[in-house]
Amino acid sequence: MEFRSDRNYSKSHEWVKEIGTDKVEIGISDFAQDALGDIVFVNLPQAGDEVEVQTPFCDVESVKAVSDVYSPVSGIVCEVNEDLLDNPARINEEPFDAWLIRVEQVTQREALLSAEEYEDFTKKEA
Amino acid sequence: MERKTPLYDCHVECGGKMVPFAGFLLPVQYQTGVIAEHNAVRTKAGLFDVSHMGELLLFGADALDNLQMLLTNDFTNMNDGQCRYTLLCNKSGGIVDDLLVYRMEKNQYLLVINAANVEKDERWIREHIFGDVTLKNLSSELAQVALQGPLSLKILAKLCMEESLPKKYYTFVKDINVGGINALISKTGYTGEDGYELYCQAEDAPNLWNKLLEAGKEDGLIPCGLGARDTLRFEAAMPLYGHEMNDEITPFEADLNFAVKMQKRDFIGKEALQNKGERTRKRVGLKILSRGIAREESVVFFNDTKIGITTSGTHCPFLKTPYAMALLDMEYTKPGTRVQVEVRGRMLDAEVVELPFYKKDERKK
Repeated sequence: MEFRSDRNYSKSHEWVKEIGTDKVEIGISDFAQDALGDIVFVNLPQAGDEVEVQTPFCDVESVKAVSDVYSPVSGIVCEVNEDLLDNPARINEEPFDAWLIRVEQVTQREALLSAEEYEDFTKKEA
Repeated sequence: MERKTPLYDCHVECGGKMVPFAGFLLPVQYQTGVIAEHNAVRTKAGLFDVSHMGELLLFGADALDNLQMLLTNDFTNMNDGQCRYTLLCNKSGGIVDDLLVYRMEKNQYLLVINAANVEKDERWIREHIFGDVTLKNLSSELAQVALQGPLSLKILAKLCMEESLPKKYYTFVKDINVGGINALISKTGYTGEDGYELYCQAEDAPNLWNKLLEAGKEDGLIPCGLGARDTLRFEAAMPLYGHEMNDEITPFEADLNFAVKMQKRDFIGKEALQNKGERTRKRVGLKILSRGIAREESVVFFNDTKIGITTSGTHCPFLKTPYAMALLDMEYTKPGTRVQVEVRGRMLDAEVVELPFYKKDERKK
C-alpha cells in the first residue's frame, strides 16, 4: 500500500494534488482502489460542471459494487480524464497517476489529511 | 460471529481478502483480483473453497418416497453415482432452495444445499419427512473444494488414477484416493466450465487444498474467491438463491422447468403450481447497451411501463460486457426487445438476449 506525500487525502479516500493557483487534481487513493477491487467502469462529470465539497461527483464501478467518489473541494471542473472511460483498470494499476478530474477556481476545501495522517486513518478503519 | 471453514488458514496464507458470507468467513478474492481469477477458470483452472455449502444425508427404506414428495425433480430413474439438480418448493410453489441430490446407494442420498439455507432446509425437511427415514446433517464434518476450468482433469490426474474419475457430467465416484486423501468427486460445478467438486473430511481439507494447488501450479491453477464464483455463475446464467430464486418466485418463473416434473404423482407445491396456470413473468437475460452496470433490484421499463426487476447484474469479465438477469412480464421476454433499466437515477438502454450469456462449447468452435 502506498501513501504518496506529494498530495493530501480526504477521509472518504480521495487524493488532492495542487497543480496551480486554486487548481487541483483529484483521484482515489491506493487504499480505496484496493478495497474496491477490479474497476470496470467510471462515470465522469463534464468539463464546466460544478463540484461541491463532500458531494459525489462521479461513481466508479468495480466487479463487486458501485461507489461514489466525493469531491474534497468546491470549484469548476476544467478537465476530465477521458482515457479512464476506456481504461478504467488504470485506477487499480496506477491510482496516483490515474486522476479523475481537474478542478479550477477552488473556493472551498475540506480539512485534508497529510499522507502520514491518512495512513494512520486507514489503519484505524481497516 | 462467523464460523471459519477448515480452509481458513490456507486462505489467509494465500492472501485471501476475508469477508463474512452466509455465516462464514470466506475469501472474496485473493491478491490476483476477481477478473484474473474469473479468467483463470475460463482458460486454465481455479480452485474454490465451497466448504460453507451444507450437506444432508437422507437414508432409510422410505428415502426415495420422501425425495419424490419433498423435491420437484424425479429421482425414481436415478442410479448410484448420479447427481441431479432439483428445487425444494413450499406449498405455494415458491422456492425454498435449490440443491443437488447425489444417489450414494439404494435408500441413501446426499443433498447439497446452499449455506445460507442450511437451518431452514433442515427444519423444513424434518417437518415433512415420513416413514422409515433418517436425516443427518453432515455440514460441519465435510469440506468441499471445487476445481474448475479446462485444465481440471489434467491437474486432478496428477494426484489420482485418471480412470477412477467420473467421466460424465453430473456423475460422481466415492472413495477416490487423491494424493493420499479419501474424497468423493463429482463432475459438477457452478462456473459454466468443465470441472470437479471434491468432498472430504474437514480435517483433510487443508492437505487436499495444498496438494491441488501444488499439482496445478505449472498449469496456471490459482485459488479463486467468492467474487469470481459469482461472476462465473452469472456469466453462465446459473441462478443463485436469493437472487433469481426465493420463496415467492416459482421454478417456472425462474425458467427452471427442466427441474420440475409435473407428471409426478405429487410433490409439495405441485397443486399451487398447477393452480397458478401459465406463468406471467420469466427470467431473461439483458445485455446492457449504455455505459454502466445494472445490479440486482434495478427496475426495468418498457417506455414508461414498469415491466420487472433485475435479479443479478455485473460486468462479465470474460465477455467484457455488462449483463443482467431480470424477471420480466411475459410479453416483454422475447429476445431483441429493447428495454430500459433505472440505475441510480439514470436510464440505461438494454436488450433482452438468450441465456446463457456464455457457453463453453460455442467458444471452442
